[in-house]
Amino acid sequence: MSIENLLPLLLGLAWLVPLASFVAILFFGPRMGAHGKGAATVATAAIMTSLGLSLAALVVWLGSHPVTVAAHGDEHAAVEAAAPDASSSTVRFVARLTEPAAADHEADSHGGPHGDAHHDGHSTEGHGDGHAAAKPVAYVGDWYTLYTGGSLQLSIGWYIDAITVLMFVVVTFIATCIHIYAAGYMHDELHPVTDGEVQLASGATFTREGRFHRFFQALSLFCFSMLGIVIAGNLAMVFVFWELVGICSWFLIGFYFERHSASTAANKAFIVNRVGDFGMLIGLMALWGGLGTLHFGDSVDPTTGAARPGLFELVRPEQEHHAQQVPAGLVAFSAADEVARLANAGGNPDELRHQVSAAVPGWRQQGYGRWLLFVAGVGIFCGCVGKSAQVPLFVWLPDAMEGPTPVSALVHSATMVAAGVYLVGRFFPVLTPDVLLVIAYVGGMTLFIAATIAVTANDIKRVLAYSTVSQLGYMMLALGVGGWVAGLFHLVTHAFFKSLLFLCSGSVIHACHTNDMRKMGGLMRVMPYTGWTMLVGCLAIIGAGVPFVIGFSGYYSKDAILAQALLFSRLNPQHTILYVAVAGGAFITAFYMFRLWFMTFAGTPRDQHVFDHAHESPRVMTTPLVVLAVLAVIAGWTLPGGFGVSGLLEQSRPAGTAASLTTTDLLGTITIPAEHDSHAGAIHVQATLTAFATALAGVLLAAAMYLKPIVSPSGVAAAVRPVYTFLVNRWYVDELYDTIFVQPALRIARVVSGFDRQVIDRLINGLALAAKRIASLDAWFDRTVVDGLVNAAGQITWSVGLELKQLQTGRLRQYVMFIVVGTVAIFVLATLLFRTSLAG
Amino acid sequence: MMLIATGTVSVAHYLVVGAIMFTAGIVCMAVKRNALGVLMGIELVLNGANLNFVAFGSSYLAGEGRPPLGLDGEVMALFVILLAAAEAAVALAITLNFYNNHATVDVDRADDLRG
Repeated sequence: MSIENLLPLLLGLAWLVPLASFVAILFFGPRMGAHGKGAATVATAAIMTSLGLSLAALVVWLGSHPVTVAAHGDEHAAVEAAAPDASSSTVRFVARLTEPAAADHEADSHGGPHGDAHHDGHSTEGHGDGHAAAKPVAYVGDWYTLYTGGSLQLSIGWYIDAITVLMFVVVTFIATCIHIYAAGYMHDELHPVTDGEVQLASGATFTREGRFHRFFQALSLFCFSMLGIVIAGNLAMVFVFWELVGICSWFLIGFYFERHSASTAANKAFIVNRVGDFGMLIGLMALWGGLGTLHFGDSVDPTTGAARPGLFELVRPEQEHHAQQVPAGLVAFSAADEVARLANAGGNPDELRHQVSAAVPGWRQQGYGRWLLFVAGVGIFCGCVGKSAQVPLFVWLPDAMEGPTPVSALVHSATMVAAGVYLVGRFFPVLTPDVLLVIAYVGGMTLFIAATIAVTANDIKRVLAYSTVSQLGYMMLALGVGGWVAGLFHLVTHAFFKSLLFLCSGSVIHACHTNDMRKMGGLMRVMPYTGWTMLVGCLAIIGAGVPFVIGFSGYYSKDAILAQALLFSRLNPQHTILYVAVAGGAFITAFYMFRLWFMTFAGTPRDQHVFDHAHESPRVMTTPLVVLAVLAVIAGWTLPGGFGVSGLLEQSRPAGTAASLTTTDLLGTITIPAEHDSHAGAIHVQATLTAFATALAGVLLAAAMYLKPIVSPSGVAAAVRPVYTFLVNRWYVDELYDTIFVQPALRIARVVSGFDRQVIDRLINGLALAAKRIASLDAWFDRTVVDGLVNAAGQITWSVGLELKQLQTGRLRQYVMFIVVGTVAIFVLATLLFRTSLAG
Repeated sequence: MMLIATGTVSVAHYLVVGAIMFTAGIVCMAVKRNALGVLMGIELVLNGANLNFVAFGSSYLAGEGRPPLGLDGEVMALFVILLAAAEAAVALAITLNFYNNHATVDVDRADDLRG
């Protein structure tokens, strides 16, 4: 079986197995073992199967696309920094491609056999050498077509490249750990649960059925949805699974939905995500309307049967050496007035089409379609802002802590929030430098704001939640400044250490029955496994390591981000603030993470009662911790021979992004630096040292405040009271949204409901009353007039009958007399009346 | 009256006899209290009418030059006799029943269905 058939089969199965588990638990969950205990087994077996299939896919992938260190080095040497193009007009995109293959391309121009071979190579292994070729290897295809209308087509398909395979492994691996952990963590749900946090109106305690199987049912659906996003071959399919992830998060965040806080948090997450998805829909429509396709890769035109270029090929055409340009469809779509002018000039449709396609390059020069591509990119990014909890839509993520801790771990590492970063990475070729700048600034603001809030939080899960928001900001910023590999690399490493941190915090909460760090302390003595693994997680997230030698996984990914941001700020001095945010964020991250660890595990117990009850968690919970801790250490390593996550990611680097790119466009002149330039000596050394220094400073400060009380935390808080208050209140963002959006909405709702009650209800009540009045009048008329007439007729008939019956005397002789007299009378009358006729 | 004076027996004579019989029957029906008397009055009325039929139908009485009516009159008379016989049978049965219930045949007492 060839690889282009094998990979979709393996990953498609890995994608569908959790769905099967969901369906099985949906129908048979309560009957699976005692109290639905078997549901955990079913769901875990399903996700383990997915993991196995994903690993098999990874092996298959590596078998035909080995990651080699040589290619990496070659490419590095081959890439030169691009100089800003002095003659750049407002719409020029000039990419200087220096890869050897690209040079070949230039020589061949297009139309030669080389171009064709390249095109076919898209679905075969034409790029064995990986990096030298301009276009990354990707397998594309459709399983099922949902809708075909003319040349428009919606389908369920796949787009498989190295990140797809890598994300499958990461998602299924972490989900497996979390499933196993949750089987222990959720055991309370096997029996009827008395929820002390629910206030009943009667004041009684609230008891409900356990929902063990429902938890695993939603978990399975969650994994299925996330894998659907990863494997999706087109944006429409991404959107469908995007929404499925949203609804799954709603189920799981609101798992304890009887608690007011949980149901509110679930609704908040859902509604805030809808805001982002609205932007995503706008982006989808811009692309759909202008290009008529949402496929990432090339597909088949349903009307002609010919190959049709996908989004990536349209935005970065092969014949332009993958330099970004506005696709002809968007140009013509945007230049509708010009097209109409041509159409009015006459000519048949074929001629018109010819004229339009001839005029498109000119229009492109004039700037038509630039805004549309910008809107499309920013629109898609809006969806990612919602899902990945970026400023200004990050408010839902800390509240999502209301869900059970395994859910937090899943949401915060491998699913949901990862989806946004993944989509930006997947969609990267279509994003213009302007969009990237927007992304970078949003990411920079997010990482800084969230990090500062995390400093003052006392809820252990909230600290981690804000740290997630902050780390997501790092990833977005990395992508925005051109660090495609750096951003996705950090996504992968972060998935491991953040799920580890969350599961550790879950273990702590499980032992202490509180989230408040001010009641913890000294737990290292009673919970060694949790304490050590959490220390590993903290070291990984701050990027600890021996500079230039070895380090935890975060060391590599964070250094890459820092280096890329530094290079970006060198080339774009006006955007130096981004680098400052990254470096400052690294310091704050180190501070709050070690504040958390010191407050929880080090020192002396602050609350003896809590400490006495604390105990190490069962093995089913600590085993995933150890496994994840190992991965949190090694996930960033590059093995001798070049194998590693970043090397694997490098295989899928979008075409045309390997080189530096300078544009002057909507947001001024921007240089998106080539990522390989950030590995250059000077930049790399400075970035690594900065990262090390800031992290060390953060840890030392945390130690000074919380380990050895050299500096009193409350003293510091008192010294900067306004800042402290500002941070404790989380920058007043929730209050701001409450004032700007929620309260006006409520006020409008009150006005409208008042109008409803006062005007509409009254109108309806008045109508009803009038109808009632008319009806009673009608009833009176019926009773008196109509009934009266009918009764009168009956009465008269009755009386006449009474009178007439007097004649019926029963006397035979009288009757005879009547007959005689009557007959005579008739005769007499007839004689008198008809005298003339008789006489005649 | 003119026809009687001529001395020849004509239809008119029969009609006069029939009218007398009819009137006598009516009077009998009107004045008799005995149910059987009433029945006899009925017979008189019917036979008065019969006499008229026969007189009108007779070819002998029709006179010279006039076309006879055939047997129509006699047929009608036979019809009436038949009817009278049937009627008499029914009426006598009613009378007998009446007598069984009331021990009398006085028609003035037969007023159970009066209004």
